[in-house]
Amino acid sequence: MDRQGNVSLRGVAVAYGPVRVFDRLDLEVAQSEFLVLLGPSGCGKSTLLNAIAGLTEIDDGEIWIGGRNVTWHEPKDRGIAMVFQSYALYPRMNVRANLSFGLRVARTPRAEIERRVRVAAEMLQIGDLLDRRPAELSGGQRQRVAIGRALVRDAGVFLFDEPLSNLDAQLRSELRVEIKRLHQRLGATMIYVTHDQIEALTLADRIAVMKDRTFQQIGTPQEIYLRPVNRFVATFVGSPAMNFVPGRIEGAGAPVFRSASLRLPVPGYKFAHAPADGAPVELGIRPEHIILAPDASDAQEVSVEMSEPMGSDLLAWTRLGDLPLSIRLPAETMLTPGDRLRILLPENRLNLFDATNGARL
Amino acid sequence: MSAAIREPRGRRPWKPTPARLGLYAFLLISALFFLMPLYVMVVTSLKGMPEIRQAHLLNLPAAPSFAAWSKAWFAACTGLSCNGIRVGFINSLRIMVPSVIVSILVGAITGYALSFWRPRGAVLLFGVLIAVAFIPYQVFIYPLVRIFSYLGINNSVPGIVVIHTIFGLPTMTLIFRNHFAALPEELFKAARVDGAGFWRIFGAIMLPMALPIIVVAVILQVTGIWNDFIFGLVFAGRENLPMTVQLNNIVNSTQGEREYNVEMAATLLTATVPLVVYFISGRWFVRGIAAGAVKG
Repeated sequence: MDRQGNVSLRGVAVAYGPVRVFDRLDLEVAQSEFLVLLGPSGCGKSTLLNAIAGLTEIDDGEIWIGGRNVTWHEPKDRGIAMVFQSYALYPRMNVRANLSFGLRVARTPRAEIERRVRVAAEMLQIGDLLDRRPAELSGGQRQRVAIGRALVRDAGVFLFDEPLSNLDAQLRSELRVEIKRLHQRLGATMIYVTHDQIEALTLADRIAVMKDRTFQQIGTPQEIYLRPVNRFVATFVGSPAMNFVPGRIEGAGAPVFRSASLRLPVPGYKFAHAPADGAPVELGIRPEHIILAPDASDAQEVSVEMSEPMGSDLLAWTRLGDLPLSIRLPAETMLTPGDRLRILLPENRLNLFDATNGARL
Repeated sequence: MSAAIREPRGRRPWKPTPARLGLYAFLLISALFFLMPLYVMVVTSLKGMPEIRQAHLLNLPAAPSFAAWSKAWFAACTGLSCNGIRVGFINSLRIMVPSVIVSILVGAITGYALSFWRPRGAVLLFGVLIAVAFIPYQVFIYPLVRIFSYLGINNSVPGIVVIHTIFGLPTMTLIFRNHFAALPEELFKAARVDGAGFWRIFGAIMLPMALPIIVVAVILQVTGIWNDFIFGLVFAGRENLPMTVQLNNIVNSTQGEREYNVEMAATLLTATVPLVVYFISGRWFVRGIAAGAVKG
């Protein structure tokens, strides 16, 4: 099997009867790229993955994998391997049989099957589980076996459908690292569906944020995090969430953001397209981008309502006038409710969104 | 007495209440109601005719003897031939074994196809299948006789096997479809990515997971097909009449004195198979039904 692994969706449309799920989606995934499809449940990311796998019929468009048009190919002929959220291990087979099932179906020579199973088991450290049934494995072990079953297929493209969602927090971060390591080692293309923005940010070369069955933004984790194209992406990515301050943009030459309790000149803000004078906007800034500046003359004053120590740092819930504003501070900061802080909102960290449609300005 | 002075501690002592006693009385009466006919049949079959003529229905046999059982098995007359009910027993086995296997297999495949492959119109097909199960089957008999004689399989074992398969299809499809519908669909998807086709997924993954429900199906079909009368009478042909039909012939074709003991023995012999199946598999039966509730 060739290990070519660039994936290309060209105008893909999926419909369930009269209900259109997708309309003409385009997506290019390069060889060896790790692409994460990120979105809330029901945004269509799993359906899209199933369409790539050939498990969901598409109504229009083409799917190319490894330079071949596989639109009409059966899943097994697409050069893909897939890992599922519920692991989907065959319950009546032991681990060895689970791993080798696909190869046995394909009538691979026995020696080759044994070799591939051994390599996969070694890579995932499941060598001593080979004779167990799935029911005798823990959740983390089951998911390892499921990943192993994908590995033995020796495919060019790996598809992951929320593989870590059924695991507890500790295992999730463990396996997350392992998947990333696997990606580096194999150099295979990976398409990974999740609703967990941490997974997306940590794993991805590029993230495609989805909502309502369309791509909102496709970009590197950094682009997505620092320059979200709209308010949805800004809120969905990042925890604790971005602060939003509603207001207006005034002054054509030297624009100023103005709200009831905040006046902020933004002369250097790189507008994607200049807003009309007095246009309603929302200003967004992430909690960790706010700077404490006790001595600055142009600082804003906020009052502390509550603080949440998070171990590595501390989240202060404050009010700017009557607007809530959360600020991420060093862990050793001592705060009591009612304290007043002087802060700066650095211009290069600001995000301005059109208040009417949420698009980035 | 001692309970009155004891401080409440540990398990509460059991005290019969009127409601509780009433409940036991009801259970006892219900059990007797169902056991009484069986008791009468067993004791009657062990009596000789002179003792039966005294009409002490509930008395235990004075000198228990299996003579009636042996006569029922080897020499009871059905119409003209007097070879006993064993002929019917063999016939019933010849009908039941293939019928059970084929009907379960066909039902399992249909249920599997309907729940995973979802062919066009699957919902409609399933609806029709279930709806048809509610039509009294006597309606189908005459048309089926005509069809079968046209096809040349009327009055033959294959013919009756086909009949049992057809009429078992709604129930078998229903229980297998429901069992498969409860399995995670990702299992099916994983098998497809692994390259398995329709039969491979069925044989290697789905059927092994359906073991508890297969036991339930076997019990339902063995009992149903063994107890069948009308299909056997109409479709099996004179050479292959099942045990139930032969029993009826024994009971209804009497010359001279009615041999109650032989008739009782023949009836008990006919009922043996479903009873044995139930006693052996009762535990499995419950387990199979419960297995549908939790994941396999």
